[in-house]
Amino acid sequence: MLTKKVFYKQSKKGTILKIVREHYLRKDIWCGCKGCVKCALEEKDMILDACPVSKCSLLSDPHYIFLDTNAVLDQIDAIEDPYLENIIIPQTVLDEVKHRSSSVFKRLKEVIFDKKRKIYVFVNEHLKATYIERRVGETVNDRNDRAIRKAATWYQEHTGVKSVLLSDDIANREKAVEKGIFAFSLSDYAEATDSATLSERLCAKRWSERRGEDSTDVFPAHLPPAAVHHGLKAGLLLQGVFYASKENCLEATVITDKHNVLIQGRASLNRAIDGDTVAVELLPKEEWVAPSNLVIESEEAEDEVKVEREINEEERQVTGKIVAIIHRKWQQYCGILQLSPIKGHTYHLFVPAKRHIPKVRIETRQGEKLASQRLVVAIDGWPRHSRHPQGHFVRALGKIGDKETENEVLLLEHDIPCSKFSDAVLADLPSNDWTITPEELAKRVDLRNIIVCSVDPPGCTDIDDALHCFKLPNGNYEAGVHIADVSHFIRPGTALDKEAALRATTVYLVDKRIDMVPDLLSSNLCSLRGGEERLSFSCIWELTPNAEIISTRFHKSVIKSKAAMTYEAAQAIIDDVSDESELAQSLRGLNTLAKVLKKRRMENGALSLASPEIRFRVDSETHEPLEVVSKKMRETNSMVEEFMLLANVSTAEKILEEFPEVALLRRHPEPPPANFDPLIKAAHHQGFEIDISNSKKLSESLDKAIKPNDSYFNVMLRILATRCMLQAVYFASGVTQRSEFFHYGLAAPLYTHFTSPIRRYSDVIVHRLLAACIGADATYPDLMDKRKTDKLCQNLNYRKRMAQYAGRASVALHTHLFFRERIENEEGYILFVRKNALQVLIPKYGLEGTLLLSSKDKKNPSPFVFNNDDHTQRAGDIVFHAFDRLVVRLYVDRSNVQHERLIMNLVEPSIPGFSVCSLGDLVPTEEEQVPPPQVIS
Amino acid sequence: MELLNDQGLRLDGRKPDELRLIKCKLGIFTHTDGSAFVEQGNTKVIAVVYGPHEVRNVHRAKTSADGAFVNCQYSMAAFSMSERKKRNRGDRKSTEATIHLHQTLAAVIRTELMPKSQIDVFIEVLQSDGGNFAASVNAATLALIDAGIPLREYVIACTASLGTGNVPMVDISNLEESLGGPTLTVAVLPRSSQIALVEMSQRFHLDFLEPVLKMAMKGCDYTFKVLDMAVESYLSEIGKPNNWGQA
Ligand SMILES: [Zn+2]
Ligand SMILES: [Zn+2]
Repeated sequence: MLTKKVFYKQSKKGTILKIVREHYLRKDIWCGCKGCVKCALEEKDMILDACPVSKCSLLSDPHYIFLDTNAVLDQIDAIEDPYLENIIIPQTVLDEVKHRSSSVFKRLKEVIFDKKRKIYVFVNEHLKATYIERRVGETVNDRNDRAIRKAATWYQEHTGVKSVLLSDDIANREKAVEKGIFAFSLSDYAEATDSATLSERLCAKRWSERRGEDSTDVFPAHLPPAAVHHGLKAGLLLQGVFYASKENCLEATVITDKHNVLIQGRASLNRAIDGDTVAVELLPKEEWVAPSNLVIESEEAEDEVKVEREINEEERQVTGKIVAIIHRKWQQYCGILQLSPIKGHTYHLFVPAKRHIPKVRIETRQGEKLASQRLVVAIDGWPRHSRHPQGHFVRALGKIGDKETENEVLLLEHDIPCSKFSDAVLADLPSNDWTITPEELAKRVDLRNIIVCSVDPPGCTDIDDALHCFKLPNGNYEAGVHIADVSHFIRPGTALDKEAALRATTVYLVDKRIDMVPDLLSSNLCSLRGGEERLSFSCIWELTPNAEIISTRFHKSVIKSKAAMTYEAAQAIIDDVSDESELAQSLRGLNTLAKVLKKRRMENGALSLASPEIRFRVDSETHEPLEVVSKKMRETNSMVEEFMLLANVSTAEKILEEFPEVALLRRHPEPPPANFDPLIKAAHHQGFEIDISNSKKLSESLDKAIKPNDSYFNVMLRILATRCMLQAVYFASGVTQRSEFFHYGLAAPLYTHFTSPIRRYSDVIVHRLLAACIGADATYPDLMDKRKTDKLCQNLNYRKRMAQYAGRASVALHTHLFFRERIENEEGYILFVRKNALQVLIPKYGLEGTLLLSSKDKKNPSPFVFNNDDHTQRAGDIVFHAFDRLVVRLYVDRSNVQHERLIMNLVEPSIPGFSVCSLGDLVPTEEEQVPPPQVIS
Repeated sequence: MELLNDQGLRLDGRKPDELRLIKCKLGIFTHTDGSAFVEQGNTKVIAVVYGPHEVRNVHRAKTSADGAFVNCQYSMAAFSMSERKKRNRGDRKSTEATIHLHQTLAAVIRTELMPKSQIDVFIEVLQSDGGNFAASVNAATLALIDAGIPLREYVIACTASLGTGNVPMVDISNLEESLGGPTLTVAVLPRSSQIALVEMSQRFHLDFLEPVLKMAMKGCDYTFKVLDMAVESYLSEIGKPNNWGQA
């Protein structure tokens, strides 16, 4: 059977095209019900129960559930609730959902994939009996609704079991009832079940009809889509992505192709939420403003803000207002519940953990219970008359303040895949007693007799690199880097490979490691442990004593590491002059070469930047943080680093030469000069000039900026310089301009990641490419496809960024837990001076926080005066500049269980009426005048 | 868009190994020596054959005592695509198709039986919806049979590609061509299972070449049966007045 689909489409040039496509209708599309005799079903396609028991009191007869498209789009959270079973999704719905929202489509597919849920996709559009033509004058939506009803009718006749259509469209329900199908609204259906969660997970759509006590402000109406379309076309509006300010909830930036548009004020923000794609209208030039430089943390505090606005002409930025939201990027958010002050009320405010996301109103009857929990909530909409967006409860994560709960929040907020490895993934692993077979050995270079060792931080169990070095008879050195041969175990296209590609990186939290590959590989078979024979991928150079490369070769090998050492242990061996062992000589050779390599790299303009790095000593039993130690840098750290860099550069050259289109490389773009402004300004105030014309000049000027009496000043400058940098990113060589391959930070023309395949997927791909170069392994289609590589890189970059953020968040969490038990006065340095606050860095904890200077108390106003010219804050004789030293008191305010806060108070210099006392009673008493608490980000 | 949905159907409702509907007709023109019309889905092609005849004017130099000279001409009608385009005879695509067509037909025409003569094969793609070249080869075969040109056997062409999850798919439509990766076209001599031509729109990875080629050849086998039946019924029809094939 054949029918034709004819439709008209406008081409890019604007001409109207008539498109004719074939549409085949079949008879062999089955119903998916267990035990159906009319259909030739295979076991695996029998998804629906033959007798689907009713869970809803509205209809006690067994029935299958049909959902219309809007029900799926609006209520995906409720559909994800495992309560509903025996659902039939007609293809019409699936296609429409796919067309309208890719994120809902993805979630729907996951639900369908879960066989326990008994959800069957019915290909009604290709079954002769259920296909319908669009009638004259019928809209596409009406036709699709009719197709869904037709499918429901067909099922009722085919199986004899009742069909129930769930739809929020009254007309659709009425027509269904005419055809003899039961139809209910989702909320009615959910409320008639005995599931506690189902109805609360329903989207709060009906709220939009209802005006609550929340309706004080009225937002300007959004433009209709057609007007937006015309506005964009005519250039009156700009389209861009909305980024809410993390510091000021009434300020945001919209990044468009042309400008970065500043948005200020509640009405101008007009209900946009971070990540949304919006349409903005620029304000007339005379209304342009400058970023407020204010820190505003709570939405409630907003109205007092609009006070002074003397704006420096040069600081004015392109300013606009949001007139429409083109695409919502609503996700689920973690946070806590702020109970309604009225007891027994079912409407509460949800406070997201991300401060740049507005509070959300939700309805729940479990308010009291949920108040002590971390929740996940989804936003449904933001009507004009409502001050807050409206949403619904998705699930509870656990008790607030529990480390387990907080860790889960952290993983969720950073979208880190952390579920257990599935059985399919585990099935791809080698057996526990895996050993190297003679055949495998024969294919590899046997390096078991060479003195190879690994040097890593203490407690490292995923050792992916080892080194060797010895003197050649001709006076040169042979040095080698041996990397765990992970690609031997992770074969392309396996479940294990797909999982690793999805995770992209191992995530290191303070007390936890979320592996990219299962433990058997990461901590055992791939880990280059001392005294064990392991497969490796070797990069071996002949180097002159001056560390010039004579030759480079790559091969797969078998090694037996003589020792797995810590940086400290290796350093001790190098320093012990009496130790003349082969191992010691090998380490010394490496160390000498590394120094030459490093010197040359620095001369070429590589940057040495700083970020405050600390480690927690964690109690092995309770996992509570005991002590904070800053990471110590030894010569051996730098030794390993230099050889890893060398191996990465050599690999990059090799794979690019062999695969100019699909080499996976890593680049670090040069930051735009404007990025350096804060650094240049801050240094300038201190009497130093920073030259940013290139990385070499920058590096030199940083080296020169030294204050003899302040050793930390240079470190601070480097911390600031680090913040000016852009992210380094992975890319496929075939989709990027050759001129952009450069790695700015390392001053290397080519760079990639080869040395950590156990914890980075990029390295696995690089291993595969390199193996193909030397004929040790075959290529496969996806590896040779530059578009696929490009797509992969995007995921790698995203995951890497998220892993980094999660790592920092984990440090912040542990700092917080650490301070629960103590109050300390610590030395801090001012990073930035803002209009109403100081941004303070506490080197000992690598902690950065905001010290608010403004006062909410009208009777007791803030003693500080901000000077916009040189960015200082003055209170009497005391002036705060960037880089000034302070002493601050740190403690956790636990008075509000829901909202424990790490507080920073000024101790030194002492400012009467503002700073706290530096001596004696560190615990503030009831009587003591404690200044307003200041939250640390 | 995915080429194969989770239920294993393609965008137009076919399974991966199903061909589009084939319709064909021989002898559609009376004033030519041979002609045929082939429809594969929405792709429609006309083939016309003249000859064998004396080698004419411009091609005089190609006269050979060893065998007939086969002159091919492949072109697409200006109205064949949804966007009307003026197409020159000699555009790159048509020239390439002409060369491939010549190569394919040369494998089956017994030119050695017709020395010093010329055979003209004209192809016009009336409507283009994927697999144009394959349909052209099939139409040319029918037109050659209609013209009574001695052939070793049929030559049949079909396309194949890779769908979602690297499942091979046969008979690629225009929509699938534009969404998917590389398309492979193969022309085979079905009785002897020889390959006359293989052509790919992009590079294939070696791992997939075999399954895709197999899929295309399976498509050729099926197409062959359809065309063979059409030839049989056509011959019995035109032969009826003379009692051909009757005992
Ligand atoms: Zn059935
Ligand atoms: Zn290491």
